[in-house]
Amino acid sequence: MSPSSPRLTDALEGKEVIICAGSGGVGKTTTSAAIAAGLAARGMKVCVLTIDPAKRLADSLGLEELGNDARQVEPKLFEAQGIEMKGELWAMMLDPKQTFDELIARQAPDEESRDRVLENPIYQQISGALAGSQEYMAMEKLFELHTEGDYDVLVLDTPPSRNALDFLEAPRRLTQFIEGKSLKVFMKPTGFAAKVAGRGATVALSVMKRIVGFDLIADLAEFFNAFSGMVDGFQARAERVNKLLAAPTTCFLVVCGPQGEPIDEAVYFHRKLVEAKLPFGGVIVNKVHYPAEELCRGGKADDLPAALAEKLGDEDLAQRVAANFSDYQALAERDARNIEHLARELRATGVIRVPYLDEDVHDLAGLAQINRYLFATGEERVAMAAGRA
Amino acid sequence: MIVTGKGGVGKTTVSVALGMRAAAEGKRTIVCEVAAQENASRMFEHTTVGFHEVELEENLWAISIDPDESMREYVLLQLKVRAMRDMLFRSRIFNYLTAATPGLKELVTIGKIWELAQLDRKVKSGRKYDTVIVDAPATGHGVGFLQTPRTFANIARVGPIHSQAKTLDNFITDHDNTGVAIVALPEEMPVNESAALEHDLVEEVGVAVDRVYLNGLYPERFSKEDAERLGALAAGDEGAPKAAARAALSEFGRARSQRAQLARLRRRAQAPVKTLPFLFEPDLGPEAARRLSRKLA
Repeated sequence: MSPSSPRLTDALEGKEVIICAGSGGVGKTTTSAAIAAGLAARGMKVCVLTIDPAKRLADSLGLEELGNDARQVEPKLFEAQGIEMKGELWAMMLDPKQTFDELIARQAPDEESRDRVLENPIYQQISGALAGSQEYMAMEKLFELHTEGDYDVLVLDTPPSRNALDFLEAPRRLTQFIEGKSLKVFMKPTGFAAKVAGRGATVALSVMKRIVGFDLIADLAEFFNAFSGMVDGFQARAERVNKLLAAPTTCFLVVCGPQGEPIDEAVYFHRKLVEAKLPFGGVIVNKVHYPAEELCRGGKADDLPAALAEKLGDEDLAQRVAANFSDYQALAERDARNIEHLARELRATGVIRVPYLDEDVHDLAGLAQINRYLFATGEERVAMAAGRA
Repeated sequence: MIVTGKGGVGKTTVSVALGMRAAAEGKRTIVCEVAAQENASRMFEHTTVGFHEVELEENLWAISIDPDESMREYVLLQLKVRAMRDMLFRSRIFNYLTAATPGLKELVTIGKIWELAQLDRKVKSGRKYDTVIVDAPATGHGVGFLQTPRTFANIARVGPIHSQAKTLDNFITDHDNTGVAIVALPEEMPVNESAALEHDLVEEVGVAVDRVYLNGLYPERFSKEDAERLGALAAGDEGAPKAAARAALSEFGRARSQRAQLARLRRRAQAPVKTLPFLFEPDLGPEAARRLSRKLA
């Protein structure tokens, strides 16, 4: 029995923000782009955002490159694939460092404090390379675009963190770090604050200095001091970002693959979404091998090699085709088992299964194919996978 | 040996296979997982790999490096006075700083890997390993993980953190003793990404990339002539023969496009490329890893 499959369009009805989440390597970027294209084809003005440093989205949309500014994808490109664009599809790739700099510029009370932050060595390190800031900036940009209101729908391809959860925790971690309230007081090497903080803290600090070195502590103190005028602004903004994520017009789609590990991650991520009271919209499983029962109308052949040999008139080829089919079916059985487990855990009314396509998906033709699967009904999907449609 | 690559390419399987290979050669080997993923635990069903060294098989050990535990261990090694440690662990600033500082988790994780690789282990009763294999986090953040020590060395310009971060950076970029293996899949974008990753690892981080493993290569089961003969059956009637013919054509198509990707990877990669077969198995357990390990000879 296949899990019943609702239409994706029903789940996305009335949504303004769609967030595709899941672990790396499950086809999140392609899925995000295909969803955005599907909604644009139905007449909406859609922007898909990615943070992927590997420029995958640009590749698959036929764009030379993407920048921190949105670009429109040529409607003609989709029309060539048989998809009529009634709306508009835009795409952008986030530059976390630039987004962070812009945010600082906006939050800073004056130019001097802005420059103090931008020039601080710790800021320069965390705003670019280090983990966590990318996720935060993705949310930040999402919030900014939503506030500006230029698009009907925003689709976010979340950063490819190993653990999808990083994405949900990053903003909180980063705002806490920037707040640094408790720290600021203790950082000052001497003086009144140290006395107020008490002897315990002073000793702890001196022990820490021995471990990390005085220089780093001084840089940190300067960093937090530079941020001090912006803490309230950051907090207020973080609250508004969280509100947007929890809004009924937002929807989280969990994207995964059919193997045990991505399925477990999807289950875990869904649980965290529910705990955080964030709106879950559905689950998409990519690269699924459909089972024989669904592919073969008229049931399984009792003796497949014989049936094949009769049709092909070649014993050897028939054997090889049958052996290959049995290998494929072993994978199909695993997929069915894992998806059933997933549907049970998520109490999902439907799981959207996108089959493992024969051709590797990396261009618009592949994207168009994924798009057709995503926006089809469950029955249509099976028919397509079986080569009947 | 640090095994890296983007998510879902089979880094854990390849890491365990490399570990089995080294163990079979008589080397005392440990496979390290990071970011508390415990994928190896999943593979070896009856063994729970945690933040302690467990023996999976003869000569083959595993550990899951938890950053919080690594931080504790690091402090324990730094501060010999117990009262001081207790006070530090209880201190709000310490807990705050360790939780909030971006990159600190990665730094202490690499610190633990370094410790495992030392001939003279820092940990009490720690025995030396001949080979340490690291199942590195996915390369979503580019080369971030391996660059962490240098980032810290730059932030802390002087002092103990600086010198220790420098030690770790030297450890990672020591071409004689530390190598990086990239695991890739035979698809268009993974091949592009692997080539870009190799470039960044070599040029920006300065590590030695020893090998690129192209994982999951389909066998060439059908010839072009076979495929042509199957075309009519796949397009034609219903039922199992049609589905089987379509599966055969799918295998043929994937095997062929994967060969094209292999050729692209060979052209673009600097390091030698080694292929590993796709295993038509529902769950990749230790036996699958063992079969791959034999291919690594």
